[in-house]
Amino acid sequence: MSVYEKLTPVLTKRWLSPDAWRIDVYEQLDGYAAARKALKSHPDDLIALIKDSGLRGRGGAGFPTGLKWGFIPQNDGKPHYLVVNADEGEPGTCKDLPLMTHDPHSLVEGCIIASYAIRANRAYIYIRGEAVHAARRLRSAVAEAYKAGYLGKNIQGTGFDLDLVVHSGAGAYICGEETALLDSLEGFRGQPRLRPPFPATHGLYASPTVVNNVGTIASVPYIVLGGAAWWKSMGTEKSSGPMIYSLSGRINNPGQYECSMGITLRELIELAGGMQAGHQLKFWTPGGSSTPLLAAEHIDTALDFESVAAAGSILGTTATQIFSDQDCPVYATYRWLEFYHHESCGKCTPCREGNYWMVRVYRRILSGEGTYEDLDTLLDTADNILGRSFCGLGDGATSPVTSSLQYFKQDYLDYIERKKAPMLSAKALAGAH
Amino acid sequence: MTTEFSQEILDRAREIVARYPEGKERSALLPMLHLVQSVEGYVSPAGIDFCAEQLGLQKANVAAVASFYTMYKRRPTGDYLVSVCTNTMCNVLGGQQVYDTLSEHLGVGHDETTEDAKITLEHAECLAACDYGPVLTVNYDFFDGVSPDSAVELAEALKRGDRPKPSRGARLCTLKEMSLQLAGFADEREGAVADGVPGEPTLAGLRLAQKHGISPAGFDINTPIPEGKR
Repeated sequence: MSVYEKLTPVLTKRWLSPDAWRIDVYEQLDGYAAARKALKSHPDDLIALIKDSGLRGRGGAGFPTGLKWGFIPQNDGKPHYLVVNADEGEPGTCKDLPLMTHDPHSLVEGCIIASYAIRANRAYIYIRGEAVHAARRLRSAVAEAYKAGYLGKNIQGTGFDLDLVVHSGAGAYICGEETALLDSLEGFRGQPRLRPPFPATHGLYASPTVVNNVGTIASVPYIVLGGAAWWKSMGTEKSSGPMIYSLSGRINNPGQYECSMGITLRELIELAGGMQAGHQLKFWTPGGSSTPLLAAEHIDTALDFESVAAAGSILGTTATQIFSDQDCPVYATYRWLEFYHHESCGKCTPCREGNYWMVRVYRRILSGEGTYEDLDTLLDTADNILGRSFCGLGDGATSPVTSSLQYFKQDYLDYIERKKAPMLSAKALAGAH
Repeated sequence: MTTEFSQEILDRAREIVARYPEGKERSALLPMLHLVQSVEGYVSPAGIDFCAEQLGLQKANVAAVASFYTMYKRRPTGDYLVSVCTNTMCNVLGGQQVYDTLSEHLGVGHDETTEDAKITLEHAECLAACDYGPVLTVNYDFFDGVSPDSAVELAEALKRGDRPKPSRGARLCTLKEMSLQLAGFADEREGAVADGVPGEPTLAGLRLAQKHGISPAGFDINTPIPEGKR
C-alpha cells in the first residue's frame, strides 16, 4: 500500500473549489443535503448515529461526541445551547482557520444538525478574534443561510427554529478552554469554571450546553450523508474517521494533510516531501505545544488517540510541529513557556506563579548562567503545576518542560556546562521582552 | 476630553445587544468593546463609560474585562497593527529576527506606536498559520513567509500610505475599520469577503490526493439514517 492511500480528503475536499464559501457553489457540492436529510429524522436517531460513528472531539481532548450530546437532559424545560469552540490558538494548530475560511457553510450546516439533535434553538460560534478573514467568510455564510431558509424560523418547513451568531473573541488563549469560553461569551473575563457541574447541565447561562470544536461539528454533515459504517472505514477501531494533520517546521512541504487516523510521523514526513536538506528529525509535537514532545525514536508511532497516549503523549489537535537537529529543544520550550506565562489567566496560583518562575529559570539557563539545581527546580515546579492547576492550561505548560528534560537533558547540560554558546544575552535576564 | 458616540454607534450597540437572549445582555460586552475601539482606535475611559451605560454595568466591571483581553488596546494605536508571531515555530524559522529588525527599524518596542501614528508594533503568540511561518499580520490579515527585509519593505509601504495585498486575506483596512468587523458587522467593502485564495500549504494534502487519484471509498449520500436504534 502506498503512503498516498492514507490520504482521506473529506472535510478538506471543498477547499480545492474556488468560491465553495458561497452558498450556491456549496449546494452544488452536496451542501445542505445533510441538513435536509437530518431534519427529516428523529433527533435521537441523529445522536445514535453520531455515537455509532465513534466520532471523537477534534479540539484536543478526543471525548466521544455522541456521548456528549446524549448528556443533554431532554424535556427539562430549559433552553439548550450549542457553542462551537473556534478559538484556535494552541501553538502549532492551524486546521480550523482554513476550514472556516474556505468551507464555512460546512460548519454552519453542522451547527444546524447538532442543534436539532440536542434541541437547541440558539447556537454560537465563538471565533478567535484574530481570525478575521475566517470570520468574514463565516458571517457571510450565516447571512446566506438565513436568506436561504436554513437558519431562522421554521427551517425548511420543519417547524425547527435556530438562530446562529458568530461571536469574535478578543485575544485570550485561555478562552479555548470550554468553561472559560462560556464565561467570555457571557461577557466576563475568560477564566475557567469549577467542574462539576459540567456544561452539559450548567453551561451557557447555566443551561444545558454542548461545546464542540470546529472540526467536530464540521464532521457531522459527512456522517449524516455517508453513514457511521463509512466513517468508521477510516481510522482505527477506537479513533475513527479522517483527521486533519497540520504539519509545520523542517519539512519540504508544510501544510494540511487530511489522513486516516493512525498514520505515523514517518508517513506524514514522506507525504510532506521529506525533511529539508541538512535537517535530521530531532523532536516534534504530536498535537500542539501542550502535548509532551516526542523524539525521533517515536517516528513509527501510530497517530491515533490510544497509540500516542501509550507513547507518553497526547494526540491533541494533530498539530505536528517538526523540529530538527538544528533546533534547540531548550529554547523551543522556553518560547512555549513565555506563551503559557503570558496566557495564564491568573485565576490559580500554580499556573500563574509556576509559569512566571519557570520562564525565569529558562532565561537563566539559556543565558549561560544556569546551574544543575535549576533542572531540579524545573521538575519540582512542573510537578507542583501538573494536576494542581485549575484547568488544562497549567497542565499543558508542564508538557514541554518534563518531556524535553526526559529526552533532551544533555541539551540542558550543554548550556549549564558552557559547552554551548548562550542563546539569550544577559539582557534577557533583566526582564526585557 | 470625552468622545461623543454618534447615533449610528448607539444603533449598532443596540443591534449587538439584540443578538443575545433577553436578560443576557452582558454577552454583548466583548463585541461592544470592539465597537468603541472602532471609533477611537483604542478602548478609552469614554468607551468604557459607553459600554457600562449601554449594559447597565459598573465601569469597574467593564474595565476589568477590557484589560483582560490583549486585542483591546489601552492607548491610541496607529492605522496598522503589525503583529509578528514570535511563538516557537515562527520563532525558530526566523520570526524573532523579523520582530527585532522591525522594532529597530521603526524605533518602537512591543505595543508602541510610531510617531507618525501609522504603525503599532507587537510581538504576537501563535497566529494559527504555522504551515506558512514565519508570519506576521497587519490588522490581523496574514503576510506569509516573511523575512526581515520583506517586513521592513512592508512597513515602509504602510508608512507611505500604500496598502500591500495580504497573502491570503482581504485587502487591508484600518484598525478602526477592522474593529467594526470584530464587533460582528459585515465587511461592507465590495468584494472584500471574496478576496484571497488558499496558499499551497493549505492545499498540500489535497494536491497529492488529486495527483494520485485518491478519494475515500464508499461515500454514498443516500445512506439511510437508522431509525429507532436509540
